[in-house]
Amino acid sequence: MTETLVDQRKARVATVSLAGCFGCHMAILDIDERLITLMGLVDFDRSPLTDIKTFTQRCDIGIIEGGCCNEENVHTLLEFRKNCDVLIALGQCAIMGGLPAMRNAIMHSGEPLRECLEEAYISGPYLRNTTRLIPNDPVLPLMLDKVYPCNEIVDIDYQIPGCAPSGDVIFNTLAGLLTGKFAGFDRATLRFD
Amino acid sequence: MNISSLAARRTKADIAEICARLGNDPHRMLDILLAVQDANRWISPEAMDAIAGAVGLTRIAVEGVASFYSFLSLAPKGRITIRLCDDIVDRFAGLAAVVAAFEAELGVTLGKTSADGAFSLEVTPCIGMCDQAPAAMINDVVATRLTPARATEIARKLKAGVPPGEALVAGFAALTPYQRAKAMVDDNIRLAGPVVLGPAPKDAGLRAAVVLAPAEIIRQVEISGLRGCGGAGYLSQRKWHFASLAPGEKRFIFCNADEGEPGTFKDRVILTERADLVFEGMTIASKAVNAREGVMYLRGEYAYLKEHLEEVLAARRARGVLGRDILGQPGYDFDIRIQMGAGAYICGEEGAMISSCEGLPGEPKTRPPFPVTRGYLGYPTVVNNVETFAHAARILDLGAQWFHDIGTEHSHGTKLFSISGDCARPGIYELPYGTPLRELLALAGASDAAAVQVGGPSGAMVGRDSFDRRLSFEDLATGGAVIVFNAHRNVLEIVDYYMSFFVHESCGYCTPCRVGNVFLKKAIEKFRKGQANDDDIQYLKDLSDTIIETSRCGLGTTSPNPVLTSLKNFPLVYAALTRPTVDGVKATFSIQAALDGARDIAKRRSYIFDKDYSK
Repeated sequence: MTETLVDQRKARVATVSLAGCFGCHMAILDIDERLITLMGLVDFDRSPLTDIKTFTQRCDIGIIEGGCCNEENVHTLLEFRKNCDVLIALGQCAIMGGLPAMRNAIMHSGEPLRECLEEAYISGPYLRNTTRLIPNDPVLPLMLDKVYPCNEIVDIDYQIPGCAPSGDVIFNTLAGLLTGKFAGFDRATLRFD
Repeated sequence: MNISSLAARRTKADIAEICARLGNDPHRMLDILLAVQDANRWISPEAMDAIAGAVGLTRIAVEGVASFYSFLSLAPKGRITIRLCDDIVDRFAGLAAVVAAFEAELGVTLGKTSADGAFSLEVTPCIGMCDQAPAAMINDVVATRLTPARATEIARKLKAGVPPGEALVAGFAALTPYQRAKAMVDDNIRLAGPVVLGPAPKDAGLRAAVVLAPAEIIRQVEISGLRGCGGAGYLSQRKWHFASLAPGEKRFIFCNADEGEPGTFKDRVILTERADLVFEGMTIASKAVNAREGVMYLRGEYAYLKEHLEEVLAARRARGVLGRDILGQPGYDFDIRIQMGAGAYICGEEGAMISSCEGLPGEPKTRPPFPVTRGYLGYPTVVNNVETFAHAARILDLGAQWFHDIGTEHSHGTKLFSISGDCARPGIYELPYGTPLRELLALAGASDAAAVQVGGPSGAMVGRDSFDRRLSFEDLATGGAVIVFNAHRNVLEIVDYYMSFFVHESCGYCTPCRVGNVFLKKAIEKFRKGQANDDDIQYLKDLSDTIIETSRCGLGTTSPNPVLTSLKNFPLVYAALTRPTVDGVKATFSIQAALDGARDIAKRRSYIFDKDYSK
């Protein structure tokens, strides 16, 4: 009797967007009406989709969009690692750092972060920043020295590649993992040309 | 007309003269650029325009070559350029103190040129003096066994206007080129073997070859089992055979004297003491494949040997064993010119060397076709190492079977080993193939050897459990470099250095080598900083495999060897430096370190991670 109950319990899923563009979360919505099938398998906990801001209980799966570019990203990622059994990195930014990690390519500079901020807010050729200041409100999280992919900070159990991964890939992977039938990615679905 | 435009016109005239002297031939671009560099101490944009005009190339083509070689400079260099050898052996032998002494006396920091344009001070990879490290090139001459005191003394003399050669050796100008080389650099021949370094009668091999048919010469080389001594060990007979069969109006014999593998200096000694034997071997090869022109590609670091080699060539021409109608045989014509390199390790790869001789950047060529069918300027070309040619000359003299009987089943004859590092008697040892590494180490007095780099960085780093392995192509293959490290040396510092060497020397043509080696070096740095996870060991292996699998030439297919062989033979060094993951959180990530820069810029603490935020 207990066993049946365990089997029938829906998986609890949390999601978050760190240093990403929310494109991967939009892609989750691209699974369209299969969302109804997915809702039959999972309950959403903390997630932008539910607007729940903190974990209400321990989750089975945490889905991470984006890498870590600031201290708040790191804090959130550590929270997810602590509260989720399985972490899935969704999309290129979470896996490799993605577009935000372009600032990691500022080399040959003693202070790459300062150079990045100065170009973004002060010296860039297309700027109109009348204050001539780099934003520094105490509520702004401090930036990290570079952008870190999630797996450099915590263990990541699965990666779903793509920028953004298509709705099909997301659905098939999640549904496969939840029903124990995931057998790797079909090569054709991972091509972007 | 003002003075600067007068000077510019004179420069232009000088360059036109240099180009004309070399026939305005774009294939001689490297010689042109070296001459301009020598005259002006740099290759200015105006000079590149002038060269391009003279040889009929575009400016960008000239710049492509000029920017490729590290001995050519696109910014003004000092009248005297001091290039300190930055090899790991030199570092362990006290390079830092020598650098400091030069800096203090000359008032110029490393990597810079003094304001008055008198001195440039820089570092350069291995200059082939590991047995007398630390060493440095001062323009074209070489200073060895440097100490801070000696560096200061040399710098004082240079400042007083003493020419570099005179600053190193009193009475330099009065010496013969051979005496100069010997006065600056010790041979350190510790053990002479029967083939190359033992007594050899002049021209005996050539006299034996001259009466043989070309096919018979090749047959003799085949019976001897001679294999290339540069490291790869390709059967010499095959190269000669294929080149002799390849269709072509001309054929060329190239001698690879660009030994750039850190820790190798055997060719330096052969070229000093047995140059005749090398040229004799080239002359024999020319008969075998019917070539009339030969080129010796001499690495820029050995520029101090050029005059000596030119003298040997001149003496050979006078003696009738080089030039027209060699040994009185009508129509047996062969001559050799020396092509200087300009500080590019990659030019030791035969395709890159040929590119360099053609006046191009020293980039490897796509293979096939191989040089034996389409080499220099598209003609069949035999490229052999200095030592290989010396062996060939002796084989023709003493007999193929005699040579074949020395060594092991698949590695015949003797090999010159250059030993350096932590040993009492560094230098050259000529031993039969198959000699156990332990025996060589004992001869060299390397009693506390803990790690030995056999074959230079592109070879293998082995530990004590491998000391009974034999130096041969069947077991431990080597182009000759054996670098000894004692138990006090940091294995990962050595590996890190060798990776920085490959990063520096990658020609940049293919991505796996250009980018992959940088990633590999960064991964090693992670280990050194204690930031590596268990996964990083697998990452090192995977990345190495990718570089080896996908690189275009031998540089990329061997550059991961320091990592792979040290991983294999010193696994505990790596394991001891990895940090475990606790509760799924990587111990190697430090939020405090990652926030340091931002704290500094924002001038505040972290709200999340600093407990004393409000203070």
